[in-house]
Order: sequence, then C-alpha cells, then structure tokens
Amino acid sequence: MSMDFETVIGLEVHLQLKTATKIFCACANQFGEQPNSLTCPVCLGLPGTLPVLNKKVLEYGIKVGLALGCEINPYIKFDRKNYYYPDLPKAYQISQYDFPVAKNGLVMIPMEKGELKKIRVNRAHLEEDAGKLTHEADGTLVDYNRTGTPLLEIVTEADMRSPQEAYDYLQVLKLTLQYLNVSDCDMEKGSLRCDANVSIRPREETKLGTKSEIKNMNSFKAVKAALEYEVIRHTQVILSGEKIVQETRLWDDNKQMTLSMRSKEEAHDYRYFPDPDLVPFVVKADKIKEIRQSLPELPYAKLERFKNQYNLNGYDAFILVLDQTIAQFFEECVALYPEAKKIANWLNGPLLREISDRKSSLAELKLVPASLAGLIKMVEDGVVSNLVGKDVLKIMLDTGKSAEQIIQENGLAQVSDQESLTRIVDEIIKENPKAVGEIKSGKENVLGFLVGQTMKKTQGKANPKMIGEIIKRRILDA
Amino acid sequence: MKIAQLTAHEILDQYAAQQLKVVDVVGSVLEQISQSEKDIHAYAQVFSGDKLPAFNGKNIPIPIAIKDNICIKDTETTCCSKILKNFIAPYDATVIGKLKQSGAIFVGHANMDEFAFGSSTETSCYGPTRNPWDLSRVPGGSSGGSAAAVAGNEAIWALGSDTGGSIRQPAAYCGVVGLKPTYGRVSRFGLIAFASSLDQIGPITKDVTDSALLMNIISGYDPKDSTSANVPNPDYTKALVKNVKGLKIGLPKEYFIEGLDAEVKTKVMDAVLLLKSCGAEFKEISLPHSKFAIACYYIVATAEASSNLGRFDGVQYGLRAQPSQVRKTNLVDMYEETRDQGFGNEAKRRIMLGTYSLSSGYYDAYYLKGLKVRTMIKMDFDRAFEEVDAIITPTAPTTAFKLGEKMNDPISMYLNDIFTTPANLSGIPAISIPCGFSKNRLPIGLQIMAKPFAEETLFRIGYTYEQNR
Repeated sequence: MSMDFETVIGLEVHLQLKTATKIFCACANQFGEQPNSLTCPVCLGLPGTLPVLNKKVLEYGIKVGLALGCEINPYIKFDRKNYYYPDLPKAYQISQYDFPVAKNGLVMIPMEKGELKKIRVNRAHLEEDAGKLTHEADGTLVDYNRTGTPLLEIVTEADMRSPQEAYDYLQVLKLTLQYLNVSDCDMEKGSLRCDANVSIRPREETKLGTKSEIKNMNSFKAVKAALEYEVIRHTQVILSGEKIVQETRLWDDNKQMTLSMRSKEEAHDYRYFPDPDLVPFVVKADKIKEIRQSLPELPYAKLERFKNQYNLNGYDAFILVLDQTIAQFFEECVALYPEAKKIANWLNGPLLREISDRKSSLAELKLVPASLAGLIKMVEDGVVSNLVGKDVLKIMLDTGKSAEQIIQENGLAQVSDQESLTRIVDEIIKENPKAVGEIKSGKENVLGFLVGQTMKKTQGKANPKMIGEIIKRRILDA
Repeated sequence: MKIAQLTAHEILDQYAAQQLKVVDVVGSVLEQISQSEKDIHAYAQVFSGDKLPAFNGKNIPIPIAIKDNICIKDTETTCCSKILKNFIAPYDATVIGKLKQSGAIFVGHANMDEFAFGSSTETSCYGPTRNPWDLSRVPGGSSGGSAAAVAGNEAIWALGSDTGGSIRQPAAYCGVVGLKPTYGRVSRFGLIAFASSLDQIGPITKDVTDSALLMNIISGYDPKDSTSANVPNPDYTKALVKNVKGLKIGLPKEYFIEGLDAEVKTKVMDAVLLLKSCGAEFKEISLPHSKFAIACYYIVATAEASSNLGRFDGVQYGLRAQPSQVRKTNLVDMYEETRDQGFGNEAKRRIMLGTYSLSSGYYDAYYLKGLKVRTMIKMDFDRAFEEVDAIITPTAPTTAFKLGEKMNDPISMYLNDIFTTPANLSGIPAISIPCGFSKNRLPIGLQIMAKPFAEETLFRIGYTYEQNR
C-alpha cells in the first residue's frame, strides 16, 4: 500500500453582504445591536408574512460573481430548504438550489516562484442567514437580529491540494471581496464563515476519498489548522486499515482538534422546492453589463499595473495592493511627487508600522496624500534626515499638520549652513584628538564616529553628508 | 325585513339617504348573532365593539366577517387551529389595512377548516359551523364560517380565502356569491398561507354588486407581496351591466359527467338557457386535463402546505408542549409534542402527504410531475379562452352534505373540489353565483370562470343572470 497520499480540499464560504437592509425585509442589517431589536414580522417569519427581494443583494451577488469570473444566471429563482431549528423561524431557509446567481468561476492563488494556480468556483448562490442561539444553564436564547442577513455562499471545486492552498485561496478571496466593498469579511464577527471538505487519496488515485466536512473555524489560521489536523487524522485512520466515515466535524479551537458532529446517515433531507412566494424573474443583460462596468480594478490587475507602471518590484506592489485604500493613497502621492519607489518604501515601512502601532487604519488617520508626499520630498531634498522624517510623520498623524509646518514649529530643519557646521566640527576635532590621528593615518572608517558625535551635538539636525565632507576637509586639508 | 338582511349596496344607499345609521346596521347584525350564532356557529371569535365610524358619504362602514386566517392587528388569528391559540397578530394583512381605510366594521373572525384544510368547516378546533339553510348540513369549506355568516345575516359581507374552492364551494352550499380573484389580484400579505401558489383572498357577498364593491376595496398591487400583479385595477362596479350579447361562453364536457347531481345539473342548465336568452352564445368545449386536477391539486397544495406549516414549531408563538418524559432530546420532543397536540388529523394528513411528495427520491415522481400536470391544465384553459370569453360549470357536484357524512372518507371529501381546483391551478378568476335550490331547499351554485384579470367578465355575466332571474 502506498504511503504517499494526496490531500483534496474544497471550501464553502458564507459571506454576509453588507447591504443597508436585510434580504427580504426592510430591517437594518447590522451586527452587535440589542438582541431582537432589528426584527419585524417578516424576518421573524410570523404567519402570513411574505418575502420581497432586496435588489441591492442581487446586485452584490452579481458583482461578486463577476469579480470571481463566473457566468451569471440571469434567471433568478429562489428555493426553500426545509429543516427544523430554533434559529430558523420559518422552518425553511430561502436559498437558491438549481439556479445559483453565479457559476463556473476562477480564483488564482499565488504559488512558488511567482506562479499562479487556478481554483475553480463551482457556484455562488444567495440565501438568508439564520438567527443566533445562546445556550445558557437554564435554557437557550434566540436572537433573530441576524435572521434575514443576506448571504452569498461561494463553493469551490475540490481543487486545493494542501491546507496552505486553502489558506491562500481564502486570502485572495477575501482581498477580492474587500475590493468590491460588499462585506466586512470578518471571520470573528461571522461575516465570513468557512466550511471545509477534505479527503485524502493515494497519489496516483483519481477517485476521491471519503470526505469529512469541518465547520466552526473562526479564522483563516483555524481553517488551516483544522485541515492539517484532519489530513493527519485521515492518514492515521487509513494507515491503520480502517475506513473514513463520511461525517460533519466541528473544530475545537481550544483543543486544536476536530470532533464528530453528525454522520451522513443523520443528514437532513432538506426537501428543496421552488419558493412560491418569490416569482422567478430574469435580470436584463443591460443590468449585468452595468454592474460589470461598475467593478473596481481587481487585486491581480492592480498588482500587474503597479509593477509595470511604477516599476515596482513584486513585493512592494503586493504589499500596496493588499489594501485598496493604501493602493489608492500610493497613487495619489505619486501623482504629487513622482518618486514611486520612495513613496512605496515610506508607505510599506514607516506608515504601515504607525498604522499597526496605533491599531488604526489609513482611513481613520488624518493623513492626506499631499502631506506625506511633501514630507518625502523634504527628506529627499535634505531638509530633514530620514530619521527625523519618521518623527515628523508621527506628529503629522497626531496633528494633521503639514511637514513644512511641523519642521518649522519644532525647529527640525537640518543645520545646513557651512559656517555654523564648520564651527561645530572644529569643536569635535578638538575634543577627539585620538580619532583625528587615526583618520590622518588612513583609517577612514573612524570618520563615521566623528559624524555621529557631530550629529549628537546638533541633536540630529545636521545633514550627515555635509558633516562628513566638512570633517574630511578640516582634517585632511589642514 | 331586518336590516341585517340587506346587501351592502342597499345599506350604502340608505346611509346616503339618511334613512339608516351605522349603529343600526351593527345593532341588527349583532342581534342576529345573538339569535342564531349558537346554532350556526359561524364565528371563531366575535370582536367586542370598537367605536363605530359615522357614514361620511365616502367611507363604507359595513360590518364584515373575516376568515380566521387573515391577520387583524391585536386580535387572536388562529386559522382555527389549536396550535395557533393565543397567537395575537402584531400587524394587519394588506386587505385589512384597506378595509380599515374604507371604514369597515370587523364583526369577528369567521370559523374555517383548520388551516383551510377541508370542504366542510368540520375540522375547526372550535367545532363545526352549520349551514343556515339546514342545520344538519355543513356550510361547505373551508370558508364555511364566512359563507354561513353572510347567508345567516350575521355579517353583511365577508372575506374568505380560496385555495381549491374554499370560497366558491361554501358560497354555493350557502346560497351566496363567492369570488376567487385572479392569482395576484388581491394581496396575500397577512393571509396565513396554506398553499402559497394557489391561495387568494376574495369576497363572499349576498349579490354580485356587493362582490364588485368589496373587490374595489381589497384588490390592487401590493409591493409587500412579490406574487401580487402590478396591473391596472379597474372599478369593478363599472362591469355591472345587464348585457351579455355576443359573449361566448364555453361548457366543458368533462364537467357535466357522472357523479354530478341531477338537480345541480338541471339548475345550471336552466341558468345557461337564461343567459342564452339574454344573448350569450354557448358552445361545448373540452378541458381534457381537468380530470387530473384533484390529483394534481393534492400534490401541489400539500407540498406547499407541509413547508408553510413548518413554522408552527412551539418556539416563538402559539402552543408549546413538552412530553412528561424525555424521548429523544428536549428540543425534538418539544417539536413533536407541540405538533402532535396542536394539529388536527386532516392537518397531519396533509403535512405527511406533502412531506412525502417533496422527499428526496420521490420529488420527481410526485411534486415535479404535479407541476407538469398543472401546466397542462392551465394550457387547456389558455386554449379554451382563445375561443370563449367565459366558461360555465357547476360549482360543486352536489348540494350541502350532512355533518359527519364525509369526515372519515377523505377521498370523497376531496372530490367536492373537483370543479373548483382547476381555476386555482390555472390562476384564473372564478365566481360562484346562486342558481336555485334543490327540492329539499338546498342552494345550488353556478361557477363562471374567465381568463386572468377578467373579473369584469364574471361580474357582467353574473349581474346579467342575477337581474334576469
């Protein structure tokens, strides 16, 4: 028996769409409000109520479908998925069964050596979210605020061959979705949820092995960890001569293991049938075209453009593209000061560090492109040193003032006039006869020490390049 | 003549002539209720009096009975099922909102078969309604309470709902006018669903004029109901003309068959002769797939019902029951015990039928086949309406039967809907109009069907017939 197994993974992502209102009623679509405060007879599923589709939800669904390279089904039809659970007030979920809004898409994930791998998207369909149960000692509480939150379920083919690929797929998917601005994509808040199907098979085998479905992961890292756990479990089961049972398993993040939830025999018969309350209709081709035209530039296209247009290396471009607002900020800065590489360095270095230190986002900071471009220009022109520039950036983020103003108010401009610098250098030469002697004897590397001493004396305001030249001149020409 | 015996349009005339006050009309209706309700039992619940509106020349302050499956805000709306006892509707159905605007006076929630499952109003958790014409007989169903209230003068008019004949058959049995509008003509928002693709709310009235008047109030596009049709909504009273000259009316040969009561057939044919004498042209037509209508209807309707009734699970509202001993899990026990105690036998029967036909492995053979047959039945009507403007049939194959007669024979009960279900499956409007009595003084109903959104044709033929009888 071959010991060499191949892992096969497919993912189902449930994405909450951040429309203003719910999918079939006018209740606000928000997270974190008082339990059951965002409800009405329709989303509570009260007798006699009827659903009316939120057009924005359909638009978002089509948008995501197009961004994932899917074909759009213009025939919009909803079905009922029947099952009993206290978080499902109608005892059926309105979903799309045989006509998903989008199908046959592609997501490209990065592989080694800059190569890309295609992950096929089987389908993406619209449905309503269920409520939330809280289990307490003396009973279970139901919060229906989430009931009727629009969901898009995005299902891949079993194209991933390792937990890392699954992780990379989720990263790329999330980035794409963030570009579309259709969801918060926050796994901790449940706005992006992922179930994973995993199986293994001998490497030369073409038939799929028996799969397990894993649920309850609350981060991409947890998805990866759960898959890694399952791959090992499957391998151990098969190597011990036993068979994998098809089942649904829950990931326990504390124990870092999966536990059986229900087997295939216990699976529901959902009795799908067309929802007679929602009449099927056809989306006009013009509408789909309009949505296609409204799509933003997507991450891969932007990455390629940044590399070509701004002559950036892959790494710099990739970091910029990871955040749409940063990418846009970058381009606005370049428009004001066309030193793309320098701006990329400042953005990917000091600025991102500040954002992370402040646990903030670019959008929240009071930074305008002109301020950062101005600062970078002043550093490049030698008005302030790189080091002081970073301090100026901090003040800039605190106060919103321009670089010029900050430098002036705090007297941070480099001392650049020859006369006063020469005076300071002469003092340093007098105080360090030993070092001067060494320089004279040819140990040019000691020069740096004297430059450092001079910088210290000027509290960093001197232009180090100028100081070096003056020291050399005063010692060697003397 | 008692005031409660008047039609709505007669009362409105007398309001306008200041010969009658709203309080007198309501008083007369309530008096009638106090006299006959103990025998007829038309109501699940009679509302206690609110402040009465005055007639102002524009409003229509007429006492109305509302079937117990139409939500009225802050009232118990139960579909006459134990499982919905104590459910207080927190909102108004769209038709109720429209009626409130018109100044309507709600007399009470009318009795009905549990969840509209039945043709006799015997499956109500409140006990049966009796036919005002013969208390030993059923009023028909499922809107038996609404029809009996109107026939027994316990309301001036009423709203029913019709999924397979539930307005028309009781109207026929009780000798009143019952209209099932075109699917999509009247909003279903607030109607507790039986079979969503078949249900329509409609008027039950003493004559055709009242039917048109009540349609004027309740019909029209509703953005809250995605199946509501966004089409122009006419003034139906304009169709009340005594003229059927040149109208072509079809008589489907499949509807005048064995099993049809001879007296019913005679009275319907008398009506045909009368309309012919008024200038209507009759021809025999064929609706070959109508013979599958009952089978098709009980597949489609029960499938939808099994899903629609899932929400009655004891979690949010209505009955909740727990067995004394744990059987499976607390939750599953609660679901099973609640639904076992809450639903009557007919409801359970239909939920099981529908669940079965939607189940994996049976879907294609039952539900999907049902949908295909439904399309064929509808196509028969499409073809027929290329040749004729309307179709006339009996409403029901017999007159009202005795209480208890068919309770243990569901098939025989289901066959009562043989002439009415095709209109629901096809979505077309159909009206039942009284066309005489049997020898033992039981009312007989005439059904007229027309193409979608041609309610005006029904009113025109019905009015002409009514005025020339």
